[in-house]
Amino acid sequence: MRTAGIDIGSITAKAAIVEDGKILGTKVIFTGYNAEAAGTKVYEELLREKSLDKSAVEKIVSTGYGRNSVNFADKSFTEIMCHAAGAYHLDKKVRSIIDIGGQDSKAILLDEHGKVKNFVMNDKCAAGTGRFLEVMARALEVDLDEFGEISVKSEKPSKISSLCTVFAESEVISLIARGEKRKDIIAGIHESIASRVASMSARIGLIEPLMITGGVARNSGVVKALGKKLNMKIEVLPYAQVTGAIGAAFLATTL
Amino acid sequence: MKKTISEFLKTVLIFLAGRFKRLTMYFKKTKTMKDYMMVYYSQAKSAKLTGGKVAWITSGGPVEPLIAMDVIPVYPENHGAMIGASKMGGSLCEVAEAMGYSADLCSYARSDIGCATVNGGPIGGLPKPDMLVCCNNICGTVLKWYEIQARYFNVPLFILDTPFCHTEYTEEMARYVRAQFDDYFVFLEKACGRKFDFEKLNRVGYLSHQGQLLWQAVLDTAMHKPSPMSAFDAFYHLALIVTLRGTKEVIDYYTWLLAYMKDRIARGIGAVPNEKYRLLWDNIPIWHRTRWLSEKFAAHNACLVADTYTTAWCGALRYIDENNFIDSAAEAHARIYLNIGVDQMAKMVIEMIDKYDVDGFVLHSNRSCKPYSFGQLDIQKIVERERGIPCLMLEADMTDERTFSESQISTRIDAYMEIIKERKNKK
Repeated sequence: MRTAGIDIGSITAKAAIVEDGKILGTKVIFTGYNAEAAGTKVYEELLREKSLDKSAVEKIVSTGYGRNSVNFADKSFTEIMCHAAGAYHLDKKVRSIIDIGGQDSKAILLDEHGKVKNFVMNDKCAAGTGRFLEVMARALEVDLDEFGEISVKSEKPSKISSLCTVFAESEVISLIARGEKRKDIIAGIHESIASRVASMSARIGLIEPLMITGGVARNSGVVKALGKKLNMKIEVLPYAQVTGAIGAAFLATTL
Repeated sequence: MKKTISEFLKTVLIFLAGRFKRLTMYFKKTKTMKDYMMVYYSQAKSAKLTGGKVAWITSGGPVEPLIAMDVIPVYPENHGAMIGASKMGGSLCEVAEAMGYSADLCSYARSDIGCATVNGGPIGGLPKPDMLVCCNNICGTVLKWYEIQARYFNVPLFILDTPFCHTEYTEEMARYVRAQFDDYFVFLEKACGRKFDFEKLNRVGYLSHQGQLLWQAVLDTAMHKPSPMSAFDAFYHLALIVTLRGTKEVIDYYTWLLAYMKDRIARGIGAVPNEKYRLLWDNIPIWHRTRWLSEKFAAHNACLVADTYTTAWCGALRYIDENNFIDSAAEAHARIYLNIGVDQMAKMVIEMIDKYDVDGFVLHSNRSCKPYSFGQLDIQKIVERERGIPCLMLEADMTDERTFSESQISTRIDAYMEIIKERKNKK
């Protein structure tokens, strides 16, 4: 059975196709302002890359903030359910997930069958999300993809105390003006996200093995800071960003 | 001068509209909540015309002595709920914020303080008070809020101080609160210029108790499956037990409502057409989103069958002795849900979980209401431990719609319902 999952996030749109328990392929594009068009585009591009026809896919599940704008999907599930399903299929031992996406962060607890036991989401605030990192990258004039690499060189991370993205940005600007090193400021930003996510996760109590998913998992600096803060080993898979789409595709097999 | 005349004419019109409504109600078989509320507010707003007095009072305050002295009680918190439901909270809060009040302050307080200066909101502001009665059994904010309004309107303020009952109600507490009731009577004698009518207080106290019993009976109908009413219905029908407690109108209305709900039970009509999941709600409603939330849960075949909020107006019934109203009222006012320790609150929540046989517990972490929201995480943990049902925390505000994030809340509810469905289907 061949199925697909489409995950429309606030920053990127992801698609995955699975066949008989195996991942055939995944794709990530920017969502842009039209979530509906992004869903169609990412799916069609993936089909083309894999030389597949639409008719070759039996069921489609959509997820993410734009889940209801994917009108060709058979069903939609929340990203909490999909990240859980995706993580479980990638590693059956996983019991907790931290998912940091563009506009929110979540901690999810799984039972031994990969079902969601409990979850917690950030309050309506960009701190502790990918958007926070984007704002900071702009202020620091650094490409976001280099953030992780730069920050691991820091020995003395700067202190970012504000919980608000806007205030934290002005804090960062004053740190720049004070002549603090870029690597230290970036490391400080990562620690600030890590504290935020860690205190939120404490509400449900994380259990190892812990996996990180979502686009921010690509940032090794955040993963390192989070591991230190939680005092836990964090599993990072190359599929981290597309875990939700993969989970959606696996959930489609149950329809 | 012109303004005074137009103000006067407006008051006359409000008075006449109220009288006309009352007349038409006389011939109406089923009197609606709207009928009662319109008469109530027109009476309050035209009290000056008839020589009546108006008191503003906190929602948990003892209203019966006011009614016994023919003072019309008006509730800024009920008004706050109306402002919230009309989606006018944000703009009125902005008025208060421009005056210098912090955005972290309770949105009922902010919208009331803002509204008093502009006479805005859905009913053009509350009638000016002749006195203020503040009981701090619901929160500490009301103390400063009422002091501000007492200064603004230059009217006397009575404060009833109810000590926090962490675990018990001691002899000292009882004496302390009871003694203040005597002060309250003296305050009213002075404000009204006549002797306090204890005989009438007993009658009002009796009606108040009967009203609360009826309200509890209405809420109890939700024990039935499917529930004939949802918490969203309770949020609506609550207005009378809050504003007119101690009057015959409350008895008439809830007698009718109880019969109506029983009839729905008899005919198998549920508030949610295909009720599959039953939930308990905690905290003040998100007034500006009640319809949206109601439809959201109903789309998942979930009914919020009960809530800790509307139960508060009959939650202290066990302490009331209808033959000894004054002494027992002191205890009942001190031991309301918001004035007890977290362990006791959790115990009451668990009693409700069992009573209404719910599958989940939804907690509104209300940015405005600190005493209601502060212990919620502990209560949630106790509930998860004791009953093992999934709990959901929603961050919002009762009146200030600017704090609401629809897509976030929507995802949380959807994900929560996915968990509830999985659990229930497994059983």
